[in-house]
Amino acid sequence: MTPEELNEIAVTEKEAQSRFPHHVCVCTAAGCLSAGSGEVKKALAKEVIESGMQHECKVKGVGCMGLCSAGPLVTVDGRMYQNVTADDSTDIVRSMEDGKPVKRLECNTKAPFFTRQTKMVLENSGVIDPERIEDYIAADGYSALLNAITEMRPNEVVDQVIKSGLRGRGGAGYPTGLKWSTVAKASGGAMKYVICNADEGDPGAFMDRAVLESDPHRVLEGMAIAAYAVGATRGYIYVRAEYPLAVKNLRTAIRHAEKLELLGNDIAGTRFSFRVEVRLGAGAFVCGEETALIASVEGKRGTPRPRPPYPAQQGLWGHPTLINNVETFANVPVILRKGGEWFSKIGTAKSKGTKVFALAGRVKNTGLIEVPMGIPLREIIFDIGGGIPDGRNFKAVQTGGPSGGCIPEAHLDLPVDYESLAKVGSIMGSGGMIVTDDSSCMVDVAKYFIEFCMSESCGKCVPCRVGTTHLHNLLEKICRGEGTEKDIATIEELCDVVRNTSLCGLGQSAPNPIMSTLNYFRHEYTAHVKDASCPAGVCITARAKEAK
Amino acid sequence: MSAPIKTLVIDGQDVSASADQTILEVAKEHGVFIPTLCNMQGLHPIGACRMCVVEVKGSKKLIPACTTNVEEGMEVTTNSVRLQGYRRTVLELLFSERNHVCSVCVVNGHCELQNMAQKLNLTHVHFPYLYPKLTVDASHERYMVDHNRCILCGRCVRVCDEIEGAHTWDITGRGIDCRVITDLNQTWGSSETCTACGKCVHVCPTGALSEKGKSVAEMSKRKQFLPYLTMMRERAK
Repeated sequence: MTPEELNEIAVTEKEAQSRFPHHVCVCTAAGCLSAGSGEVKKALAKEVIESGMQHECKVKGVGCMGLCSAGPLVTVDGRMYQNVTADDSTDIVRSMEDGKPVKRLECNTKAPFFTRQTKMVLENSGVIDPERIEDYIAADGYSALLNAITEMRPNEVVDQVIKSGLRGRGGAGYPTGLKWSTVAKASGGAMKYVICNADEGDPGAFMDRAVLESDPHRVLEGMAIAAYAVGATRGYIYVRAEYPLAVKNLRTAIRHAEKLELLGNDIAGTRFSFRVEVRLGAGAFVCGEETALIASVEGKRGTPRPRPPYPAQQGLWGHPTLINNVETFANVPVILRKGGEWFSKIGTAKSKGTKVFALAGRVKNTGLIEVPMGIPLREIIFDIGGGIPDGRNFKAVQTGGPSGGCIPEAHLDLPVDYESLAKVGSIMGSGGMIVTDDSSCMVDVAKYFIEFCMSESCGKCVPCRVGTTHLHNLLEKICRGEGTEKDIATIEELCDVVRNTSLCGLGQSAPNPIMSTLNYFRHEYTAHVKDASCPAGVCITARAKEAK
Repeated sequence: MSAPIKTLVIDGQDVSASADQTILEVAKEHGVFIPTLCNMQGLHPIGACRMCVVEVKGSKKLIPACTTNVEEGMEVTTNSVRLQGYRRTVLELLFSERNHVCSVCVVNGHCELQNMAQKLNLTHVHFPYLYPKLTVDASHERYMVDHNRCILCGRCVRVCDEIEGAHTWDITGRGIDCRVITDLNQTWGSSETCTACGKCVHVCPTGALSEKGKSVAEMSKRKQFLPYLTMMRERAK
């Protein structure tokens, strides 16, 4: 595949698409699919044929459009419909014939949920058919890869990524360019590997799933560019088996890319070869930690090991390995297409670009959003998210999953970037954002997250294995209304030990939800301990039982 | 080819070391004591017990001495008040995890966990004891495993894999439910890979693995075989 041939495919595809005056896109990503979009798509396709419009109207399945709470979502010539059922297909097809939109299904795309977003990683999501490589190529896909391998030297590619200021989207925010240049410089014999970390395990987070389901080629292109930049020839995508649709779309994408020789040996007639394999994770949260992930890919028990040596020096089977998150790779094609400098203009001084968040919990609009770095939390929750439903009051927002912290109202005007979130005791994490209102008890919330960490601890190191268990037991005791002031002191002591002595990031960050709630909502802990009562009325304390 | 020489400071003492040595090895050479439980000379270090964490100037994180190689100009502190506190708490966590009642244990008086508690002056455990219900497997002809005494240091797993080459032992489960198992979680006696060499029993720091027929305080471990084996194997190379 040469750049000219690629362009030819793009032109042919665009022509084929423009032959249809009408385009119906049905979201077939996991969220809408579970709401019945598969049936909707079938019914629409049938209706189009029955009304004889098959030459004028193209019905296709696309990826996530974002507003999952209003699914199934369908766009007809750019107009979005929400909560569509199979029965609506007649009206929708008729609307194309008479040009009058179906009023009762219309979704207001002028709402802040849509207008405040900046789509970069998700630019093709909800627009292209993830199962057709031609659709991706028509959207400039793989042009960055072919341009890089035919026109640029590997170090020039690394330079662009350094210039962009892109930081790892998996959570820690390590500068991507620096990681790439470390692997590029590593001299580890013949082999180097690129791994894509798609082991998204945070409760309430589905950013990576959406990207893989909606635009899998984007991740493959990012990986291939990375492989060229660092000198790797083999790649693995470690994706959890709980994402069957993502796995299926990825496998299809790999097969199509290999068929068009965009992956494989001597790509575009150059000496660059790159092959990708999918590896399924067995649902262990700790396997998102890079060294545990590598052990798992090797077929071993997924437990982390101390770093250094870092995977960049000694990774998969002892070879230098570049390991990045799905969203990080998904940013790469656009950086190469538009240049690192262009990318670095988006975001804040230290956090560049956009971030995809999975907005969940007690907000009106739940779903997938992409916003520029530096946007205040308040804007995400109250404008994009539409605020708290049922007239309740906001209490806290939990960012970064079980490793993150709970941020109270007082800090809502903080710009979302790596440093600001860390300053208030939370983390950016991979992008989960769970909003809680005044019906939630913060002790209960902390207990939920530590229970998650406790059951997902691999058990290798003592503080994480035993410490999280004690923390969970103590919080449970407090929730029962049987805790004492001394228990709170023990919790604080344990948090300090677990955070500072644990082997990997799981243990080191597991106390964050407890420490942040102790910091901002200590009065709730005190109420449980002193009066054996739960201010939010969630915990069944001894007193609550008596009252019954 | 020998590794380059690095110079560093351990507890204020200027020392030089080979670049392929760990902080723990160098400290030991210079008479600096760093407590360890999972580490054992001759086995691959894994940094699991966290007893050997040290402070290194310029690093916010605590660093396990057993897995970290020395670097030029490192300034290592091995025994600050903060470290002593963390080590005691980690040790306490171990004691609270399973049943470690010394007075009825076969290795009473010869136990590394017990010795460590004495050395670190640990007399009380202020966390509630978890005491999970765990079994004893005495199906093997010569040895037995008492999971109640196991601290999951992984020495048995490593010696069986790295030295004996049988890989009979491994670990199953997650977090607090982790357990050492033989083969695919079958009884030790029915294991087809176990060579009955007994290496696992003798590297076990506690009374989790013991020889049958030993009563309270009668089981002492003979670890000398391991440095000897390692030395002979190095020579054969």
